[in-house]
Amino acid sequence: MAEYKRPTNEQEFEENFAQKKPLMNSTEAYYESSRCLYCYDAPCMHACPTGIDIPLFIKQIHTGNTTGAAKTIFDANWLGNACGKVCPTGVLCEGDCVYNHQDVPAIQIGRLQNYATDQVISEGKKLFEPGPDNGRKVAIIGAGPASIACACELRVMGYQVDIFEAKEKPSGLTVHGVAPYKITNEEVLAEMDFLQNQLGFHINYEQKISTPGQLQLLEGEYDALFLGVGLGPTASLRLPGEDKAQVIGAVEFIEALRMQQHKISIADRVVVIGGGNTAMDAASESARMGAEEVTLAYRRDKASMGAYDFEYKLAVSAGVKGIFNAQPLEILGNGTATGVRFIKTKTVNGKLESIPGSEFEIACDLVIKATGQAKHPHFLSMIGGLELDAKNRIQVSDSFQTTNPKYFAGGDAVNGGAEVVNAAYEGKMAAKGIEKWLNRDLN
Amino acid sequence: MPDLSINFAGIKAPNPFWLASGPPTNSGYQVMKAFDAGWGGAVWKTLGVPVINVSSRYGSINYRNTRMAGFNNIELITDRQLKDNLREIEEVKKYYPNHAVIASLMVETKAEWHQIVKDVENAGADGIELNFGCPHGMCERGMGSAVGQEPGVLKTIVGWVMEVAQIPVITKLTPNISHIVDPGLAAVHGGTDALSLINTIKSIVGIDLDTYAPYPIVDGKGTNGGYCGPAVKPIAMEMIKELAKHPEIKDTPISGIGGVETWRDVVEFMLLGASSVQVCTAAMHYGFGIVREMEAGLQQFMLDKGYNTIYDFVGKALPNVTEWKHLNLKHKVVAEINSDKCIGCDLCYTACDDGAHQAIKLDRTNGNRIPEIIEENCVGCNLCALVCPVEQCITMERRDDGREQISWHERTQAGSIPTSFNDERAGGNHHFVPTVEDALKHRK
Repeated sequence: MAEYKRPTNEQEFEENFAQKKPLMNSTEAYYESSRCLYCYDAPCMHACPTGIDIPLFIKQIHTGNTTGAAKTIFDANWLGNACGKVCPTGVLCEGDCVYNHQDVPAIQIGRLQNYATDQVISEGKKLFEPGPDNGRKVAIIGAGPASIACACELRVMGYQVDIFEAKEKPSGLTVHGVAPYKITNEEVLAEMDFLQNQLGFHINYEQKISTPGQLQLLEGEYDALFLGVGLGPTASLRLPGEDKAQVIGAVEFIEALRMQQHKISIADRVVVIGGGNTAMDAASESARMGAEEVTLAYRRDKASMGAYDFEYKLAVSAGVKGIFNAQPLEILGNGTATGVRFIKTKTVNGKLESIPGSEFEIACDLVIKATGQAKHPHFLSMIGGLELDAKNRIQVSDSFQTTNPKYFAGGDAVNGGAEVVNAAYEGKMAAKGIEKWLNRDLN
Repeated sequence: MPDLSINFAGIKAPNPFWLASGPPTNSGYQVMKAFDAGWGGAVWKTLGVPVINVSSRYGSINYRNTRMAGFNNIELITDRQLKDNLREIEEVKKYYPNHAVIASLMVETKAEWHQIVKDVENAGADGIELNFGCPHGMCERGMGSAVGQEPGVLKTIVGWVMEVAQIPVITKLTPNISHIVDPGLAAVHGGTDALSLINTIKSIVGIDLDTYAPYPIVDGKGTNGGYCGPAVKPIAMEMIKELAKHPEIKDTPISGIGGVETWRDVVEFMLLGASSVQVCTAAMHYGFGIVREMEAGLQQFMLDKGYNTIYDFVGKALPNVTEWKHLNLKHKVVAEINSDKCIGCDLCYTACDDGAHQAIKLDRTNGNRIPEIIEENCVGCNLCALVCPVEQCITMERRDDGREQISWHERTQAGSIPTSFNDERAGGNHHFVPTVEDALKHRK
């Protein structure tokens, strides 16, 4: 039997996807916050891409100023609640907690952060307000974390902000792409509501911007534009049989899972191809959905995986079996996937080589490709003067301005795919860049 | 095994751990449970004309994750009838003939004092403690600390008691006074057999930020309480030392009270001259079982040091407690950081740079977070070692060779002390002080 039973209702789904960082109660927060040493020039703060003053907000929690703690967090990071939950804190703030050097458990910074932010979000506490109208307008394409952070920062400075989102929900991959045991849909959307209620940016849902004409209209109407378009669908593996039924991209699989939850029926035997964090998520999620056998196949050795070690361990603890040095050759089956043929590999002088005659097959009913997301070069080519780098990432300056000065950009489309916290930082910095650029004559 | 038994001014007890007069000694039930748990004696909750208490009686100071680091109360003396208390004292003594039961007393007139002393003697109490310390409620009625703060009155009342007492009398002192020797001496002159201190310190432990009333709150109002618990221990120890070193008081046994919770506290009190200790807050916090740790720890200490009875070390620290003017000005320690243990919190750096003598520097090259002592700037103040969260990471190392010795007193006699505002002999002329402009380097 598999580690997990197939969830048949909402409650069972929630049990299978129990939160890895559950909300602290006030007693736990009191004791945990009391442990913070209040380091000088604290390393946790430097490890945070948004530079949250962590010792300060922890002290504020301890002294009962939870609202102040939340303010400290949001002042640095507009997605403070989501980041507390989904950030890989073990390799960021908590990874740099000085207690690690003493073999004492690090302060649970992420959970303390959520303790504060969840409280103000659930109480709808007013922490921010838009700045006085400066008469300027910015259009934002995409409603992911970079865009939301950019919108919030612009609203505080008095800009009118209109967001155009292709989907029907805000927050991008935070709600569509993060593993459900990291954050619930409700939590993601509650933070979006909280920010929107205070700052009043406008989101146009199901408004996909995809033509030069649309872009021209926006360019005419707005003083600047921000591209928070993220990445596209899962990239092709260019494998024979990839077009068969029951072959799906990890991003699409996770999105369907997040939106439909227990209503998804997982196949009995799943093969996940890839070695990144998304592959770990997809494998772990398949197991938690009750698949009997989940195999994670990676073409290089274990140490070469891009995934964080803790993500791999989490997948293994859910019942996932990892196989390494296995290069997929073909997806088998007559119209519908029934297995994957692999060949064994070895690394010679840093180069991956397949071992002749070592082909083998793994039977399965579903293949999940977690081999990276495609970019949007076609869409981006519609923007005049916008330069991409060799990996089709949008090139930006230090102020996140693209090579078309009216366009700014941040998030996965710029960094090629990173954490929510990186997107939150870049969106915020882009807003500051927009402000600086529009006021360039004053400087 | 070392012998923990004591003979305290004639009061015999199997060990020096006594419960102080307070809520844990309100009834025979509690005192018997305490003796079963291992306490050697109990000072009964103060007897007198019974009071009426208020509801909401205790407040406390929590420090970080520590509950009740300091504790205060506005409870008064016993609210039970004297006859009930006397009957229970008699019963306890029947079950526990070898344990010490001391009756704490607080009454007003000479006649009342004479009567109640006889009453508790008849009930079988082993000793009497005069409560001249309670700093709330009772003092408003001319008793408790109102007596303890007036050495003349205190001496008179001690005299009244000594006229009739057949059992040993301990006089309990209030710390709410500027010079503890005055009431201590008055009690000795009045003829007391022993002293105990400290009673609680007048205090307000907190204000409710919604109702603006002090804790503990009684229907929207509060009053000062008596402060006790771990936070008051340093004050108690200083006062015990003052009495134990005084030539006219030093031969009078002292029972130490004030924040005692562990065997370490017990040993420290004894090293300063106490030959029994009284505990209240720790028993209120953790129950009577807390005595097991004290007993085991004291025994181990005595075994390790080779002591047979507590009298082998009572007062042993007193010769080392001197006046500031006799301290050696040539003694020199400096901080050393053990870089293998350092976790890079840099609290020592900020503490020294902002709060002390700018003797620690940071060099962030290659992400380094291990601070460095600037030895020539270090005055040996200990602050860095005190704030360091790692055991034995920052140590204070001696730098003088011990051959030179001169004290302020000796320098005064030799005429080599600073005497005018701009005297060149100022101590600060011999250690580093940054310039005002150095602050500008830190501006961001």
